[in-house]
Amino acid sequence: MPPPALEAVGVQKIYGDGTVALAGVDLAVAAGETLALVGESGSGKSTLLKLFNRMAEPSAGEVRVAGEPVAAADPIALRRRIGYVQQDGGLLPHWTALANVELVPKLLGWEPARRRERAAEMLSLVGLDPATQGGRYPVELSGGQRQRVAFARALAADPGVVLLDEPFGALDALTRLELQRQFLELKKRLGKTLVLVTHDLGEAFRLADRIAVLRDGCILQLATPAELAAHPEEGYVRALLELREGIAPGGAA
Amino acid sequence: MISLSKGRGGLLLALSLALGLGIATAFPAAAADRVVVGSKNFEESRLLAEMFAQLLESRAGLTVERRLGLAGTQVCFEGLKSGAIDLYPEYTGTGLVTLLGEPPKGSPSEILNRVRATFLARWDLWWLAPLGFENSFEVAVPRELAEREHLSTLSDLARVAPRLHAGFGYEFVGRQDGLLGLQSTYGLKFRQVQPMQQAIQYQAAGARRIDALDVYTTDGRLVLYNLKVLRDDKGFFPPYQAVPLARGATLRRFPKMAAALSLLGGALDEDRMRALNLRLQEGHESEVVVARDALRELGLVGTSRAAAAPVARAKSLPAYLWQERQPLLRRTAEHLGLSALALVLGVLVAVPFGLWLERHRRVAEPAIRALGLTQTIPSLALLAFMLPVLGVGALPAIVALFVYSLFPVVRNTFTGVRDADPRAVEAAVALGMTPGQVLRQVRLPLAAPVLMAGVRTAGVITVGTATLAAFIGAGGLGEPIVTGLQLADTRMILSGAIPAAVLALLVDGALALIEKAVRPAGLEVSR
Repeated sequence: MPPPALEAVGVQKIYGDGTVALAGVDLAVAAGETLALVGESGSGKSTLLKLFNRMAEPSAGEVRVAGEPVAAADPIALRRRIGYVQQDGGLLPHWTALANVELVPKLLGWEPARRRERAAEMLSLVGLDPATQGGRYPVELSGGQRQRVAFARALAADPGVVLLDEPFGALDALTRLELQRQFLELKKRLGKTLVLVTHDLGEAFRLADRIAVLRDGCILQLATPAELAAHPEEGYVRALLELREGIAPGGAA
Repeated sequence: MISLSKGRGGLLLALSLALGLGIATAFPAAAADRVVVGSKNFEESRLLAEMFAQLLESRAGLTVERRLGLAGTQVCFEGLKSGAIDLYPEYTGTGLVTLLGEPPKGSPSEILNRVRATFLARWDLWWLAPLGFENSFEVAVPRELAEREHLSTLSDLARVAPRLHAGFGYEFVGRQDGLLGLQSTYGLKFRQVQPMQQAIQYQAAGARRIDALDVYTTDGRLVLYNLKVLRDDKGFFPPYQAVPLARGATLRRFPKMAAALSLLGGALDEDRMRALNLRLQEGHESEVVVARDALRELGLVGTSRAAAAPVARAKSLPAYLWQERQPLLRRTAEHLGLSALALVLGVLVAVPFGLWLERHRRVAEPAIRALGLTQTIPSLALLAFMLPVLGVGALPAIVALFVYSLFPVVRNTFTGVRDADPRAVEAAVALGMTPGQVLRQVRLPLAAPVLMAGVRTAGVITVGTATLAAFIGAGGLGEPIVTGLQLADTRMILSGAIPAAVLALLVDGALALIEKAVRPAGLEVSR
């Protein structure tokens, strides 16, 4: 049996000032799976995500990517083979959309022609026109368009794993729904391993294969949406579910 | 991206041009047969230096460079020692008291022999043949006051001094052979002592704003302003014979130099000097003309040389500026050269330092604050600190301007790079850029507008401060300002101040264009 694509074993993260971000977490993400990390701010979900591309280092425990401990890996090379999308895209404001998408292929030393072709292809994939919108600077694009560019950038070098930190958080409701629909489509087509951080349980239900609910640096429950809806284990998870149903009644998964 | 690299190329081009221009104008190629004549910042010193210069040109065939109006005795002396100047007129009493720090005692020839022997032994500096007159410090009061209070000696003055308001020159106030010694010898205690520019002392006395002032024996204005010189009844002021003071090395290199200067030995007396000084002080004639006339009267230069310089003064300021366009153009080039060289060196040091501080945040704040202190050092004080080490001329001026340019550039480099769009920086790191790539491709381009704003500030500061470089003989547009201040000639001051202001505006405009050019394209649209 192949190792999980991503793995965290007994990881803790305690900051210099004594704040506990992660209080001993075990987690395994299978290849091709989409896992959502759900929780309030301060629950440790973003910190957990960042351990996988070494944007954060654990205080204790081990983190593995494709079975290899990341502590032994070169962080630069590691990051170049893991996609990353931030809440507001984090596009380089002084680079055009195309240049932003070309970023990782360029870092990997691809031929200019090849990476230009690839960037155009990626923009088309996320529903942007490379000929017109590709030459624009981030400031000339709408929030939704910027986020599409960020997706295209994360996918450009064809990484096996993509980490997404609240990727729909800064968008208005309609744009968010449209991008989530497209996310599901891409997920099916590309078969990537995806880890999605969100504070929105509804979003997790719509997009994820499994959901991990975090609170105070611990995973309270890790289950498929259907299981989670049927058998919430903790009072906190139950409260979250009730809150979700109150706002957006509808089927799970 | 494309426009960014273009902007960076333009910046590099501009920097290298400025560097080239700066070096070319700040360090003119040293001519093999060039003698540099300096003077202090008052009329008689300028006149004597100009006479030396003309005599060396016509009788020794030397090429002479003039650095007139250097800020006081120390600047001239340090310049002479360091070789920045070769020759200047000095007074034996000043040599004894101010430069050797010895008590002001002795006859004229005793003092001459004393300074001559000491300067030869210590510094290989030669006191040549005395010019024939003494120009001592003296204290004068308005004649009307002298008659009312029956004042004829300094001892008389001490009696009424507590009721009087004195206005003394800056140098006199600070010198042992000036006010300090005078106070202890005569017990002089004025009600108030106002340090002031020599040029306005007479006007102040004429208007009875001050009751006593320091004067020179050979000052032409004593009669004009109806002043009475008080007798030094306790013999406090030492004799001040005027003498050409020269570097031994230069005299050996140009044997004709000492011979030519010896023609002035004993040639001048107090009456003649008072008359010549008055032409400068009240007639506002240029020292070039007065020096030439004096040398002709003495028969030391031929009259055959065409009397080129027009003595008539242009009427309006624009006409004056037009008449002075040649020297103005040269001074503007010098000014720009000094400023540009200092600024380029400043940027070359400050930008890497600012980047280093960004990586070492803990020392950043104290370091930037310490650098900020340099801005609070008065420019003249900073120039003065450099005299003993760097002498006079372009080098200390450039170093001082360089020091001033550091702070704005370091501060803006540091804050610009530190505050560069944190989300973009995070993304760049998370997608696998190395720290060097993040710096070069993300942080520096994003910091470029802030960084250039710092360079722009430094540029304007540098151009503005460069006017003070004239005090230490570095030339530039400060030259007419300094000279004009010494001669109380407003038009001359303006002929330096106006171009300097225009230059500051132009430099600011040019740097603003560069600032626009380095601003990355994506940041141009306002959010």
